[in-house]
Amino acid sequence: MSTDTLLRVTNLRKHYPFTKGILFARTVGQVKAVDDISFTIAPGETLGLVGESGCGKTTTSKLVLNLEEPSSGEILLQGKPIHGLRGDALREYRSLVQAVFQDPWSSLNPRMMVGKIIGESLVVTKWGSAAAIEGRVRELLLSVGLRAEQALQYPHEFSGGQRQRIALASALASQPKLIVLDEPVSALDVSIRAQMMNLLKDVQARDNVAYLLVAHDLASVRYMADQTIVMYLGKIVEYAPTRTLFDDVQHPYTKALFSAVLSARPGQQADEIVLSGEVPSPLNPPGGCRFHTRCPFAMPRCSSEEPVLRETAPSHLVACHLYDQG
Amino acid sequence: MPAVSGWRPPTTNALRDMRNLPWIPATIIAVMVIMAIFAPFLAPYSPIDQSLPDKLLPPFWVEGGSTKYILGTDAFGRDMLSRLIYGARVSLLVALLALTAGGGVGLVIGIVAGYFGGRLEALLMRLVDAAFTFPAILFALLLAVTMGQGLGTLVIAISLLLWASFARIMRGEVLALKQRDFVALARVRGCSSLRIMVTHILPNVMNTFMVLLTLNIGVVIVAEASLSFLGAGIPPPTPTWGLMISEGRGRISTAWWVSLIPGIAITLLVLSVNLFGDWLRDRLDPRLRQL
Amino acid sequence: MDAEMASERPPGTVLEVRNLTTHFFLRRGVVKAVDGVSFSLKRGEVLGLVGESGCGKSLTALSLMRLLPRGGARTIAGEIVLDGEDILTKTPAEMRDIRGSKISMILQDPQTSLNPVFSIGNQICEAIVRRIGGRKRDAVPEAVEALRRVDIAAPEQRIGQFPHQMSGGMKQRVVGAIAITGKPQVLIADEPTTALDVTIQLQYLKLLKRLQAETQMGILFITHDFGVVARMCDRVAVMYAGRIVECGPVRQVFDSPSHPYTRALIASVPKMTETADRLPTIDGQPPALWDLPVGCRFEARCPHAEQRCRDAYPGSFQVGVDHTADCWRVAPA
Repeated sequence: MSTDTLLRVTNLRKHYPFTKGILFARTVGQVKAVDDISFTIAPGETLGLVGESGCGKTTTSKLVLNLEEPSSGEILLQGKPIHGLRGDALREYRSLVQAVFQDPWSSLNPRMMVGKIIGESLVVTKWGSAAAIEGRVRELLLSVGLRAEQALQYPHEFSGGQRQRIALASALASQPKLIVLDEPVSALDVSIRAQMMNLLKDVQARDNVAYLLVAHDLASVRYMADQTIVMYLGKIVEYAPTRTLFDDVQHPYTKALFSAVLSARPGQQADEIVLSGEVPSPLNPPGGCRFHTRCPFAMPRCSSEEPVLRETAPSHLVACHLYDQG
Repeated sequence: MPAVSGWRPPTTNALRDMRNLPWIPATIIAVMVIMAIFAPFLAPYSPIDQSLPDKLLPPFWVEGGSTKYILGTDAFGRDMLSRLIYGARVSLLVALLALTAGGGVGLVIGIVAGYFGGRLEALLMRLVDAAFTFPAILFALLLAVTMGQGLGTLVIAISLLLWASFARIMRGEVLALKQRDFVALARVRGCSSLRIMVTHILPNVMNTFMVLLTLNIGVVIVAEASLSFLGAGIPPPTPTWGLMISEGRGRISTAWWVSLIPGIAITLLVLSVNLFGDWLRDRLDPRLRQL
Repeated sequence: MDAEMASERPPGTVLEVRNLTTHFFLRRGVVKAVDGVSFSLKRGEVLGLVGESGCGKSLTALSLMRLLPRGGARTIAGEIVLDGEDILTKTPAEMRDIRGSKISMILQDPQTSLNPVFSIGNQICEAIVRRIGGRKRDAVPEAVEALRRVDIAAPEQRIGQFPHQMSGGMKQRVVGAIAITGKPQVLIADEPTTALDVTIQLQYLKLLKRLQAETQMGILFITHDFGVVARMCDRVAVMYAGRIVECGPVRQVFDSPSHPYTRALIASVPKMTETADRLPTIDGQPPALWDLPVGCRFEARCPHAEQRCRDAYPGSFQVGVDHTADCWRVAPA
């Protein structure tokens, strides 16, 4: 398991200080965006990260991408820590871990030719001669279903779906081992999403790339992810292989999430759980289990004691007192 | 506007866009630029040749004037038209140099402050604030006194006037631009900060920068005129429009053309440049918004 | 619970739209964004309007409200019969009275739907005062009541708050409250939950359903999310390239979609209940709205296209009770 793990995240925390005052800013609180999470991704595997706004999934992706420094905890890529890297080591990391973001209209520099955008990671690492880079760019364009001569065009000449493909091509240029996909299809039209997801799967099969798929759309996660993590207010509440999770949902929040994700089949409103109240502020999360204020199954214990992730079934981890008898 | 695949909606004010180039302002600007460049070929006389017997002659359409000196002469008998033409040269040269220096410095500071943020941004923006509170004209006068009058001093003085407003606006643009995903993605792809600023940020703020440049030409020309008027600009006998206005100061009621003609020239140029800048902004900004 | 609601609905069509046509007249040409759209909405019914970007669904909503965007858009044909009258014949002044009181609209983005510099109490009172006159101050009790109706706790305190002090879900509720102060007969909801988290979305949809049960208003629910349609809507209309290509009861349309586009669209959405190896996709692009083919608009991408599909546009053919599809293959022989 240890040599086979591509990415290992251990006890990761990211707290943002919350300051008051303009001239002499005092730290009056912490926004605990990510509060002690741990997970692993194997090579070529997809880990789905699910949750609603404020759960910490975006912060997690930024930490994995080394766009932010963690407050504590560790992220290891191929056994080596990723934070505090400089110079060549950082450059190497950047070639191994890439990203595709949600908004196709803001992911591409409008003033750069598409070919230049795709080849950029190669240019900054001086991967090869200009001619070699051009060749690789051509290859990449074809691999995402675009035409080679489109390298000379500008982003505004493409549709949303095509732009996401260009974004994917530029992520693939350096032959990364891990790509962070932050809601890669949610800004696309329904019929284009399928194309993009198929493409992502094809690329994964061909290049053995791992994905950290951040999404709020459970059905896409089901389609693409091997493992799934459900986050709530900075903590992992459930962590299981996708098939297991979908067959046997355990955590109350996950259950609510599942029932809220409306299936495209009318009349299928089995045990619908409607959560009351608003999502608490991450500045002041509830004590004990963070979900207890909205949980339909809350017990007295839940407001004072924070549950720990426990394995309730093979590879299925849940952080909930309902499953923690003892 | 609802998105319609493949079709790009027209700019929000279709009428203005359809108006095309504003011909009158553009012509005026072109004429003045030509005057400046080809001054030696266009001016009928040397601007500094005095001819005291011919002093204070009015323009040819006024009684007492002649076609020998179309726009009249000043107190030293120097031809107004020639001085006007050569004056264009100085004014435009100073404008160009001051805009390049002031605008350039402001651009760089704005981008650096906006991109890096944190303490560096705070420091630079406090400097900008300080520059705004400074009485610029007084400072220019001080410079002229200490460094001596001349083109260099004038350009430096005017640049100091400009850079702060450029810096502030460009930093605002960069802050907005930083929100776009491609900036974060450039970091993920391995770009250095320098590369990001040059390849990703700079090209996307150029539009605003261009518009700022055209809008500030007027400011610079008036600044040069003011400083020359106050005696802190180019020393005589080199004609500048500001200096010419100053020279006619004591005779506004009697020899009005000495001050009025350069004054009209300045007004025309600044108006034309402002109208042109307006049009430029209308053409460039909506495109920006669409992107 | 919803089945009970269904049987209590009285009959009566509250909105009848016939051949609505809104085109953009540009230098480039004429963009036929909404090209002959017809449907009806009954009291207490939710009609879903689904389609992808560019199909014309948002513009249809704007046409119904007669709030077309500037820049060449004009409604050039059709009838919009609201409460017995064709509102396309109304003057702007008359429309101002109709908007908000007979027909109302809520939009997608809660951030931009509310004015950030006014308290929400102010904005609700403004809507009330516009309808019944009087002073804003006197409208406060009714505003508080409106907030209570949309399940906002402690409405007396919330009334003085500003939009930025509220979450997205709460803002959408305020928007909803404002929209129904005039007791409209028709509510148009243009993707009201797209920007909300799923659990909040569910709360909101249940709220809408409850409000509808209380007021018996007809809701035109515009969305691209089939799950929402399945949950919320009684009937659904599928739009493609400016026209409605299929319309019918939700159950029927989902279980047996008759139009190839509907079928392909439903198939391409990943399901919660199935694992698939590959998702079926639709090849090609929608046609350019300024250069529409004379025949069926989906023909170029349709796996079952025939010659007659190219020759003429299929009319609406009956495929079930109250269920039509614009496809030659379901035409009576």
